[in-house]
Amino acid sequence: MRKAVVPLLAAAGLIFMTAPIIIARARYESTMGLVQKIFYFHMPPAMLMLLSAIFCGIVSAIFLVRRRPFYDWMAFAAAELTVLYGAMAMVTGPLWARKAWGVWWVWDARLTMSLLMWMVFVSYLLLRRYGGPGSETLAAGLALFGMATAPFVYLSVNIWRTIHPLTSVVPTLPVDFAFALWYSFAGFLLLYIALMMLRMTIERQRTLLDHLYLESEE
Amino acid sequence: MKRICLAALLLMNTVAFAQPGQSEFKPVTEIPASEQLPSAPLVIAAYAFVWLAFVFYAWTMWRKLGKVEQELRTLSAQIVNKRP
Repeated sequence: MRKAVVPLLAAAGLIFMTAPIIIARARYESTMGLVQKIFYFHMPPAMLMLLSAIFCGIVSAIFLVRRRPFYDWMAFAAAELTVLYGAMAMVTGPLWARKAWGVWWVWDARLTMSLLMWMVFVSYLLLRRYGGPGSETLAAGLALFGMATAPFVYLSVNIWRTIHPLTSVVPTLPVDFAFALWYSFAGFLLLYIALMMLRMTIERQRTLLDHLYLESEE
Repeated sequence: MKRICLAALLLMNTVAFAQPGQSEFKPVTEIPASEQLPSAPLVIAAYAFVWLAFVFYAWTMWRKLGKVEQELRTLSAQIVNKRP
């Protein structure tokens, strides 16, 4: 698994190095101007945070049924990446909002629900870190709650009146904006896969280490 | 008595030099360029944060992996040496 991580990281690194050039060449948005270019580094981590939360919930559910450690490693890695990508979305968002809306933060439905979902996954990691033996089962239950919030986060802008752009913005993007966005998204996705494989490798090695410690004690 | 006179003098002074309160807000269509927040530092800060977050996370992962693998090698060697 480790061998596959290096090419993935290299490909993602290449995309990340070339993405600023493509983003710089993309046209300016009419009302927001330069600050709208944060969008290319805000929307991909935000979307991957949602997908990662759903993925974490699904593999946690499988873990609760089958009890195979492989699914637990996967859920743990997905939860950690949900927090990482969520932090990116929640830092880049206010930087964009400061100029576009005039404020760093608004307690509207999208932003508040995103923060709540992010906090659920932070609590997942805290539970895994300090919960002791058996915490993986409790954490899997928590991941299900985290997953349940994801559709509400996505649809919140369409259901409630918010200052945040609607979900219809991305499907209707002009080609100039769309190319830069999906190019950037590819980089974030490749990095997500590479980091997940790396995280799972660490968990697998740790499990092996625990077995070896038990064997050495016997 | 002196204190009362001094306090009264200070109070009169405050009232005499106080700025009149703003009675209304006047809207303008465009604010002057000197009042506008520049975009470039915000864009650079956003990109820099994402880059730094990735580099920091990947670095911590490689470090953790290195530590676990080192521990695995040491323990495996100990187990092999213990076997008769």
